[in-house]
Amino acid sequence: MSATLLTGELEGERLKLAAGGSWTASHASELEQVAGRLEGEAERARYVSIDMGGVREFDTFGAWMLERLLREWKAAGRETSITGLPEHDRGLLAALARVNREPPSPPRRENRLIAALASVGQAVAGVGRDLTSFADMFGALGYAAARVVRRPQDLRFTSAVHQLDRVGWQAVPIILLITFLIGGIIEQQGIFHFRKFGAELYAVDLVGILVLREIGVLIVAIMVAGRSGSSYTAELGSMMMREEIDALKTMGFDPVEVLILPRVLVLIVAVPVLTFIGSLAALYGGGVVAWLYGGISPDIFMARLTEAISVTHFKVGMIKAPFMGLVIGIVACSEGLKVKGSAESLGLQTTASVVKSIFLVIVLDGMFAIFFASIGM
Amino acid sequence: MEARAVISVRDLVVGFGDHLVLDHLCLDAYSGEILGVVGASGSGKSVLLRTIIGLLPKREGQIEVLGLNLDEADEAQRRALERRWGILFQQGALFSSLTVRQNVQFPMRENLDLSPRLLDEMALAKLEMVGLARRDADKFPAELSGGMTKRAALARALALDPEIVFLDEPTSGLDPIAAGEFDALIETLQKTLGLTVFMVTHDLESLYTVCDRVAALADGKVVAAGPIAAMLECEHPWVKTYFQGKRGALLAERRVSV
Repeated sequence: MSATLLTGELEGERLKLAAGGSWTASHASELEQVAGRLEGEAERARYVSIDMGGVREFDTFGAWMLERLLREWKAAGRETSITGLPEHDRGLLAALARVNREPPSPPRRENRLIAALASVGQAVAGVGRDLTSFADMFGALGYAAARVVRRPQDLRFTSAVHQLDRVGWQAVPIILLITFLIGGIIEQQGIFHFRKFGAELYAVDLVGILVLREIGVLIVAIMVAGRSGSSYTAELGSMMMREEIDALKTMGFDPVEVLILPRVLVLIVAVPVLTFIGSLAALYGGGVVAWLYGGISPDIFMARLTEAISVTHFKVGMIKAPFMGLVIGIVACSEGLKVKGSAESLGLQTTASVVKSIFLVIVLDGMFAIFFASIGM
Repeated sequence: MEARAVISVRDLVVGFGDHLVLDHLCLDAYSGEILGVVGASGSGKSVLLRTIIGLLPKREGQIEVLGLNLDEADEAQRRALERRWGILFQQGALFSSLTVRQNVQFPMRENLDLSPRLLDEMALAKLEMVGLARRDADKFPAELSGGMTKRAALARALALDPEIVFLDEPTSGLDPIAAGEFDALIETLQKTLGLTVFMVTHDLESLYTVCDRVAALADGKVVAAGPIAAMLECEHPWVKTYFQGKRGALLAERRVSV
């Protein structure tokens, strides 16, 4: 099969080649091999002639292989001639004679160490940029909020109510479900391990304090970051992509005031409310598990719970909640405004928004823990 | 020589819900011609194209491409057929995670067994044939301008040396100069490679300059098909407005005076 593509015969200094078969894409690699095998004979020849008369099919791949052979022979100072190529295929060959004339650009070689250092440097610079954009958004929000305080009619009330429905009301079922399960799991683990010391009743203390101080607000914040933060970023990002935000600016509106302030305010309101609901659901879950798994009746659970927890625990959790909402809102909106024209960038920023806001929520929670510990709450 | 019909559509019906987009449509594209399909927005030009290449389901009718009835074709025959056509989507549809060169190499790599050297040479050759510079080969699609994206997408459509190329509004979104250049490019490539081009377009200029034949779609049917001269004589109201409206008349005049 491959022999028919190209056969050659050396007559003195003249190499006579006869081509045949299909010089097409599907035979290109065979053709390359055959041409490679003829290399040795071609080296001894001064004249090379190739008869293309037997070729049935000829496409760009075949034409390029022919052109490549011609170039190699010419470069080696051999005289070449082609016969039997139909007029139509000559046009194709001529088209390919024009391409690949530039030498290939050498691949850039990078020092591994320098590349590693560069990526570290870029990451650090990226953190710096993130902090700047966070501060920038915080400032812009503060400015917009101050203006709205002076002119309350400028607050986009309708938009705020719509957002509140989306990030608050519609989030209630999933928040209820998740926190109920988490409360139950904590209670079960507490009972399971405390039972070894006969102290299963303390599992009620565990779930009460943990849920009110930390878990309730954290779970809600993480859920909101994943659910609403990402949708903020995607919404604002797609508005960036479609130049809607530019259109707003040219009409004399401040996008921060029109789009971002209502969204962030809504999060500041919604996260505490959801935290409250979520904490109750978690305690309820704990109570149900205590009853079914630990045999602690609801009356005993309630009695133990009122002894274990105080309003302080509740306050610690609730004080944190609006700040969590603020951080999620700022990160989500500033990431949304970073979206460039392409759909990939929208996806990247949405991912970044969720990762960064969850990270910041946890960092903020840690800072609050230090703060409350030092003021003795 | 009687030209062979490489695409033959018979009694094609395509609809969404209650709405029939194509209603018993018949159309032929002959070997080695550039067929322009025109029609008002929403008249089903793109639907026709997408149905022929198998992206949309049809309700009735027959489609034959390169002598193969698409209903009767099995998986392997379809795969083989898909290697013999290339498609230029309206937005280019370049794979955003690959460079331009890798985009062109993608069909070659999947379908052919080529050495890395030949793969590179062929990809760069195709890119140069569509008029892209070598330094553009290692760019990502996001870094390309509209015209370059179309060219790169055309290079990918031509990667396997197809016999038919489907172009979905190839000049939309290009400035008139770039559109004119793209038309010329299509014409040159069609001549050198001996392609059959099935082109959905809005661009009167393209119809006048490159198309051998035009098919006008209205009411879910082909209401007129033939060379531009036949279109100018057609009495169908939409065709009349389209070709003899202000812009059409201007082009027709220029064409006559040239």
